[in-house]
Amino acid sequence: MSARKIGEVILDLQNISLRFGGVKALTDISFNVREHEVRAIIGPNGAGKSSMLNVINGVYHPQEGTIIFRGEKRHEMEANAAAKAGFARTFQNIALFKGMSVLDNLMTGRNLKLKTNFLQQAIWWGPARREELENRQKVEEVIDFLEIEHIRKTPVGRLPYGLQKRVELGRALAAEPQILLLDEPMAGMNVEEKQDMCRFILDVNDQFGTTIVLIEHDMGVVMDISDRVVVLDYGKKIGDGTPDEVKNNPEVISAYLGTQH
Amino acid sequence: MVATQSGPNVGSLDTFPRLLLNHARVRGDQPATREKDQGIWQTWTWAEVAHEVRAMACGLAELGFKRGDNLAIIGDNRPRLYWAMCAAQMLGGVAVPLYQDAVGAEMVFVLQDAEIHFAIVEDQEQIDKLLEVKDQCPHLQHILYDDPRGMRHYTQTFIQGLDEVLAMGAIHDKNQPDFISDEVAKGRSDDVGVMLYTSGTTGKPKGVCQTHANFIAAARSGVDFDHLTAAEDVLSYLPMAWVGDHLFSYCQALVSGFTINCPESGDTVMTDLREIGPTYYFAPPRVFENLLTTVMIRMEDASAIKRKLFQHFMTVAKRCGADILDGKSTVSASDRLMYALGNVLVYGPLRNVLGMSRIRVAYTAGAAIGPDLFRFYRSIGVNLKQLYGSTETCAAVCLQPDRQIKFDSVGKPAPGVEVRIAPSGEVQVRGQILFKEYYKRPDATAETMDPEGWFHTGDAGFFDDDGHLKIIDRAKDVGKLANGAMFAPNYIENKLKFFQHIKEAVCFGHDRGMVTAFINIDMGAVGNWAERRGIAYAGYTDLAQKPEVYELIRECVEQVNAELSHDAMVADTQVHRFLILHKELDPDDDELTRTRKVRRGFVAEKYAVLIDALYGGKQSQFIETLVRFEDGRTGKVAADLAIRDVKSFPAVRKAA
Repeated sequence: MSARKIGEVILDLQNISLRFGGVKALTDISFNVREHEVRAIIGPNGAGKSSMLNVINGVYHPQEGTIIFRGEKRHEMEANAAAKAGFARTFQNIALFKGMSVLDNLMTGRNLKLKTNFLQQAIWWGPARREELENRQKVEEVIDFLEIEHIRKTPVGRLPYGLQKRVELGRALAAEPQILLLDEPMAGMNVEEKQDMCRFILDVNDQFGTTIVLIEHDMGVVMDISDRVVVLDYGKKIGDGTPDEVKNNPEVISAYLGTQH
Repeated sequence: MVATQSGPNVGSLDTFPRLLLNHARVRGDQPATREKDQGIWQTWTWAEVAHEVRAMACGLAELGFKRGDNLAIIGDNRPRLYWAMCAAQMLGGVAVPLYQDAVGAEMVFVLQDAEIHFAIVEDQEQIDKLLEVKDQCPHLQHILYDDPRGMRHYTQTFIQGLDEVLAMGAIHDKNQPDFISDEVAKGRSDDVGVMLYTSGTTGKPKGVCQTHANFIAAARSGVDFDHLTAAEDVLSYLPMAWVGDHLFSYCQALVSGFTINCPESGDTVMTDLREIGPTYYFAPPRVFENLLTTVMIRMEDASAIKRKLFQHFMTVAKRCGADILDGKSTVSASDRLMYALGNVLVYGPLRNVLGMSRIRVAYTAGAAIGPDLFRFYRSIGVNLKQLYGSTETCAAVCLQPDRQIKFDSVGKPAPGVEVRIAPSGEVQVRGQILFKEYYKRPDATAETMDPEGWFHTGDAGFFDDDGHLKIIDRAKDVGKLANGAMFAPNYIENKLKFFQHIKEAVCFGHDRGMVTAFINIDMGAVGNWAERRGIAYAGYTDLAQKPEVYELIRECVEQVNAELSHDAMVADTQVHRFLILHKELDPDDDELTRTRKVRRGFVAEKYAVLIDALYGGKQSQFIETLVRFEDGRTGKVAADLAIRDVKSFPAVRKAA
C-alpha cells in the first residue's frame, strides 16, 4: 500500500558488545538498518534496548564491535558526529525544557543548523535574524505536521503527557533527521494517543523518507508499523526478521511472552 | 468609509461575482481574506482574491463544470473554500456547502439529492469520507482538495489538487480574459447562488435554494442596519454550511467589502480571536457561555486584591453598564464616574482577554441566551445583540436595534422585511430575503410558502408593546390551557433553565387547568451549593429529594412566575406545581434527542403516573424507572417524589 521504497543498508552494527564494569549490557549483537525502513527493537525489561540506541547515536561506546554508517566503518559513534550525520532521538522519560514554550523547545531542535555566533544572535542583526526566520519557518512546518498549533505558546510542563511526547517527537523532527531513534514513543499512552502517534510516525516515514529505529513494548503497535524487528533478551539477539517471522519464532515467544515450549 | 451601495455601479452589483470584481477594482489593495498559516497571518487583497477566484472558475470550467451545476464544498473555514463558492457562482453554478463533521454516510443524501458532480474539499479526511460513499453517488466525477498533506498515494484520476486546477485555470484566464467576463455577465440576480441544507431534525434534509438577490438583500439590510463598513474584521469559524456563517463571512463580506479571518484550526479559535480582535462578531450562546466560565474560573484563582477589584466593579457594571451602553440618561454622574474607572481597571482588560476590545457589534442566535449571560456582556461594554432568522429567511428576519435591547425579544423586523403573526400565533415572514424554493421539493415549498408569498416559520411568537418580536416556541409545541390561554412550554422552560441550578425542565398544561413542571437539577451547581451548606447527599436521586433543594428550586420557579405575570400573553401559564425528577433525562433513555432537546411526548408517556399525581393534588408519588447505563447495562431507579405547590402572581397590566 505504501509507495516508499526500502533502500540499501545504511547502518550496519557488527558484533557489538557493551559492558558496564562486570555487567554485560549487550553481547555480540549484529543487525542492520535499511534506508527508509521502520526498524523495531523489542525485548523484555533490561534486555538492552535503550543501551542499543545509545550505542547507535554515540552516547555509549561499545567495548567491541564495528559500526558501519553509510559505508564509513568505525569502532564507535561520537555523539556530536551522530547528530551532525542526521541522527535525532526521543527519550523514554521525556527530556524537554518544562518551563519553555512548545515553540522554544522545538527551536532547540534547530540548534545544529545555527551558524551565526552568539554575539550576532544577541544583537539579532542581519544573518542572525534571517537565520532565525528560516528556522522558525521549519519549526512551523513541524508544528503544522504534528497538529500542535493550539499549544504553540504553552509551556511544556503544563501539557498532558501524550502531548509532551508529541512535542518531543517534534523537537527531533525539527532537526530534519535522516535517522530517527524513538525510545518507547508510546509508553504510558491511551489507545487514542497511541493511534495518533502511530500515524505521525508512519507519516514521517512516508513523507520525509526518514529511517526510523524504535523501541516499543506494545506488540500490537510494533507488529503493525515496523518493517523488520530485532528481538533482544538479556543483552543477546534472539530473533530478527519481519513481524510475522518474529511472531512465530519459538525462542522469541518463550523469552518475550514467557510461555514454555 | 465609502459603502459600496453608494458607488456608481449600484444597478449592476446584483450578483456575488460582480460584487467581488467590483471590490477588486475599487479597493484592490485592501485586505479581503486572512488565514493564519504556520503561525503567521497571511493576507490576500481583494485583487488577489479576485485573481484566485477567476483562476478557480476557469479551472472548474476546463474540468467541465457548467452553468446550473452544483458544487459541493466540504471543510473547515478555509479561504479557498470560500473562494470556491464564488468560483461556482461565476460560472452560474450553485455552491452547496456541507457540514464538515458529518460522516460519509450522512453526506450521501445531500450528494445524491443535489446530484453533485464536483466536490471541493479541504483535506485527506474529507476525501476519505467521499471515497467511502462514492459507489452510492454515481454523479460524483471530480474531487478537488485544498491541502495536499497525505495525498501523495491517491492515484485515482478523479482526485486532483486545487493547486493544479488553479495553475491550469490561471493560464486559461490569461489567454481568454473575456471568458470570465462573459460568464459573469450572463449571471442574473435571480439565479440560485447557494443551496444550504436544513438540518433535517424532522424528516429528510431539504436543500434551501437561495438566489443572489435573496442573500444580497439580507446582507445589505444587515449592513445598513448596523452601519457596517469595509473596515470591519470578522472571524470566520462557524460551519460554512450554516446559514449564519454564510451570511456573515460570505455575503456581508462581499456586500460591504470587509475582511474575513480564518483561524488556524478549530483548537486555536480562542487565540486567533484575541489576535484578530474582530469588530463584528457572531457566536451561538454556548460560545459566550464558555468564554464567561473560563474568565470566572481564572478570576477565582486570582489574588485577593484582584478578586475584590473585580467583584466591586462588576457590581457597578451590573447596576449601570448596560444602561450606559444603551445611552440612557437616567444613570447618575457618580455611577458614570465609577464605570469609567472600572473601564480602565477591569472592563477594558477583560474585553481584551476575551478578544472583544474592538467589537462594535456582536450577535448571538440559534438558541435562547440566558439573561444574566446577555447582561454580563452588555454591562462590560460589548454591544451584544440578538437576531432571528432561519435558513429559509437568510437568517435576517429580525435584529435588535442599537440602544433598544431587551434580552427576551429578538428585535424589530429588518429593513424591507414584513413580519406578521397568524391567528394561530405563528410568525410569518415576507420579503426579498425569502428563499426561492426547496430543491426538487415543490410539495414542501408549497407547504411553507403561501400564494401571497408569506413564509410560515413554524415558530410561535408575538409583538410586544414596543413592536419587538418575541419568539416563544415552535408552533407545533404550543397548546392551550383549558381556559383558552396560550401555553408555550418552551418559553417557560427556557426561563427555568436560565437558573444555574436547573438543568432541564419539562412543562405540561395543554388542555389542563394549570401548568405543572418536571425539573432536573444541575448536579454540578446544586451539588456545589449543597456542599457549601453542609448538606450531605449520596447521589443525584438523594440530592434531588432533599427538602432544602426543593426550597431552592421553589424560589426559582416563583421568580419565573413573577416574570410571567408581567406579560399579559403568558401570565396565565405560571407554574402551579412542580416535582424534581429522580433521574436526569438522558438521550440513552430516549428522553432527549442527541442534540439534547426534550422529547416531550415520550417523556409525558413514560412518566404519566407523575403527571397524574401533579394534577391529582397528591403530595408525593412513588416511581420506579428502568435506566440504561453508558455501557449498555440497565438498572432501576426508584424514589418517592415530593410534589410542591408554588405561589403564583396576579397578572400585572402595564401602565401605558
